[in-house]
Amino acid sequence: MLNERTKAKLVEVVGSANFQDSSEARLVYSYDATPNFQSLPDAVIMPENKEQVKRILTICNEDHVPIVPRGSGTNLSAGTCPTQGGIVLTFNRMNKILEIDEENLTATVQPGVITLDLINAVEAKGLFYPPDPSSMKISTIGGNISECSGGLRGLKYGVTKDYVLGLEVVLANGDCIKTGGKLAKDVAGYDLTNLFVGSEGTLGVVTEAILKLIPIPETKQTLLALFEDMDAAAKTVSAIIAHKIIPATLEFLDQPTCEVVEDFAQVGLPTDVNAVLLIEQDGPPEVVSRDIEMISRICSEGNAVSVKVAASQAEAEALSTARRSALSALARMKPTTILEDATVPRSKISEMVKAINEIAVTYNVKICTFGHAGDGNLHPTCLTDARDKEELHRVEQAFEAIFHKAFELGGTITGEHGVGEMKAPYLALKMGGEGVAAMKAIKYALDPQGIMNPGKIFAKDTRKRVVVRS
Amino acid sequence: MTTTKDIQQAFKERLDYDELMNCMRCGFCLPSCPTYGQTNQYEAASPRGRIALMKGVVDGLIEPDESVEKQLNLCLGCRACEPVCPSGVKYGHLLEEARDIIQQKKRHKWPVKALRHMVFEQLFPHKERLKNVHSLLAFYQRSGLQKAVQKTNILNVLPGNLAQMEKTLPPVLTKKEMKKRPFLFEAEGTRERTVAFFTGCLMDTMFMETNNATIALLQKAGCKVVIPEVQTCCGALHAHGGEKDQAKKLAKQNIMAFESIQADDIVLNAGGCGALLVEYDHLLKEEPEWKERAAAFSAKVKDFSEILLQQQFVEKQKLSLPSQIITYQDSCHLRNVMKTSSAPRKLIQAINGTVFNEMENADHCCGSAGIYNLTEQEMSMQILDYKMEKVKETHAHTIVTANPGCLIQMKLGVVREGVEESVRAVHLADLLLEAAESK
Repeated sequence: MLNERTKAKLVEVVGSANFQDSSEARLVYSYDATPNFQSLPDAVIMPENKEQVKRILTICNEDHVPIVPRGSGTNLSAGTCPTQGGIVLTFNRMNKILEIDEENLTATVQPGVITLDLINAVEAKGLFYPPDPSSMKISTIGGNISECSGGLRGLKYGVTKDYVLGLEVVLANGDCIKTGGKLAKDVAGYDLTNLFVGSEGTLGVVTEAILKLIPIPETKQTLLALFEDMDAAAKTVSAIIAHKIIPATLEFLDQPTCEVVEDFAQVGLPTDVNAVLLIEQDGPPEVVSRDIEMISRICSEGNAVSVKVAASQAEAEALSTARRSALSALARMKPTTILEDATVPRSKISEMVKAINEIAVTYNVKICTFGHAGDGNLHPTCLTDARDKEELHRVEQAFEAIFHKAFELGGTITGEHGVGEMKAPYLALKMGGEGVAAMKAIKYALDPQGIMNPGKIFAKDTRKRVVVRS
Repeated sequence: MTTTKDIQQAFKERLDYDELMNCMRCGFCLPSCPTYGQTNQYEAASPRGRIALMKGVVDGLIEPDESVEKQLNLCLGCRACEPVCPSGVKYGHLLEEARDIIQQKKRHKWPVKALRHMVFEQLFPHKERLKNVHSLLAFYQRSGLQKAVQKTNILNVLPGNLAQMEKTLPPVLTKKEMKKRPFLFEAEGTRERTVAFFTGCLMDTMFMETNNATIALLQKAGCKVVIPEVQTCCGALHAHGGEKDQAKKLAKQNIMAFESIQADDIVLNAGGCGALLVEYDHLLKEEPEWKERAAAFSAKVKDFSEILLQQQFVEKQKLSLPSQIITYQDSCHLRNVMKTSSAPRKLIQAINGTVFNEMENADHCCGSAGIYNLTEQEMSMQILDYKMEKVKETHAHTIVTANPGCLIQMKLGVVREGVEESVRAVHLADLLLEAAESK
């Protein structure tokens, strides 16, 4: 618990209305969207500006109180679950779009801006902010930056880090630094901007961000290709890329995923084939038409049983919205839904999908797979029941096997969700001991007291990944 | 303290744990929740937060203290979170159960107890008594007393916005006029369907003319309309207010009343009532001898707008009105539970001479929500003021609603904004009849 002295100092900074430590407030900030993680913070604090954030961090640093920055709590790696107690710092009062600079093609925002609100605001000016995580209606830009979120457009446009030009960050000791800026070219010294993007709130608190915008693509077309055979679909993905076409979106859903998504969204997704590819291309009309035609042909040659181009923008929109609901829709099937984020080089998609299915059989667990096939970012999702301890153990083993396989194929343990606490035990697999040591050195240099989102990214000694806490 | 323990125990026994687990906390519900929006994104005032609170009580992580109760009460019960929930969590059912537990275990102070007793047991289940109340109201309005009272400003001593609410009361019919109505209405032209009409409490007293309009429209659409005499209150206020047993009693009475009529559909014009009627099977799920009968009843329930559309009313009937801009405020329960949202819009758009402007967030609750605008006045008015801003953006002269609660609320909004001269709120049935009769 916080001692009264610390509490009084924090209340003085934000006022009593913006400091909550009732059991209700503590409970509702005890979780994010990660299954099986829950832990009560000591309090929740809602600052209004950078000055307040600076003072809050100074107090927490002096009094050794953990700080967990949190956007809308949609993340899937337990990155915003306050597992070590302390204070949850929310950005609901720092949610303004400060500027859309049409001359420099940048947007300057506060961290609490909802992703979709930003996307809509810039599109109204004919500009484009590509990162579009499935949770974009809810997630905040600050959260996207901290987790380095991806999305459906990642294949062609990359992830959040490719669009962050500059940051204002408050460090653990209360110092405020500015990194990068509106410049297209800026190489002075270490790339601190990229260091903070994806740092999951373990190095500092982002209080402002300058984001890169690009011109909005002129047109977009959506195509749906159905396959009897999952392997054929996966091979088609590789074939499309091998033909030197980079679609804006190249999504993959297996049969059970289609079934539950269709049950929720009712958009006419087929439920009787084993794999579906949802492909989008955007750009100048002639390029889009040419690419879509070529993609259709490649799909047909790859044994697709049906290839259909969406008739209207509304139909296309409905399909991608439905796809965004895949994870939550899968939760209809079993009480607990554990989603993973294993990523492999694009050329290895088919091999990885096959391996996932074999691993599911080996450990006798139910795994549905969907994901961003085009960028090798798969979301094998396990449907289980956290109350069944025996099954949960097999789920853990299966995921461990999946991570090893991904790594063996030259892949990684997360493509867009962050490491958080959920995947901390596997960081060494990807980075090696020396890599982890280098990361820890940076962490220690910037946060010697260890107050910034402790327990995240770096593992403790246990290797168990599914932990239930109360 | 024992009350807390009792509540906790009852949460454990009665809340569907699978349903609580089914919420996988993705947060897709957050943007749809009016109270989450109005509290500056405070998690406890969101569906995900409230489910977490309920689960927290069951799991023993928190006590069901006043703050938990406060958050559950602050929920409008609009159920806008349900259609957007990919996991399909039945939030409304969880909320209803939790509220029922708290109400039943709670020791109310006597004035609250007396008021609840009067509203839930003495008034709403007895239509005759409601009519008596309204005949008093009719006297108040017609005798000149209302004008006299308003002049004195004496009403300003009333708490909150009751004084403003008093101004929104529609002119009601006298008891004699209410009694005059027959129970059977033949179709105009060829009879194509027979429908049984669910009259509702407020709709059949304060808004009886709207009921009459609805019947007239159904007749024009080729329906024979029958009004089962022994029907009673739908029980929605009870179910949402934590009086589930009473709601079940009323449901059974209604099922029996409508079983005696061989009708194709059970039709009504109040989304709030309709939402409970289509869920009678859920309400009575633990009573095997009633479950099937309830399901048969629920399957027949439809909003009148759906029937009109189905009966090709707009093709049969020329609709026109003097030039005006119209906007539509969804009834949450009509939209989110009865799943009716396009039919009212199509009907409005069929009226010649008018322009339909869709309001931003028309699907967000207006803040009326049963007796919410009395029990949670502050939040209700905050939501209403936001809603009126959205109305203003449409430049509408006419705000159409499809539920008595929403209608009263929107009328209140018009009074609060002081735009009575230029804007009116009207029930869809009244508007359509006006358009049908207008030459």
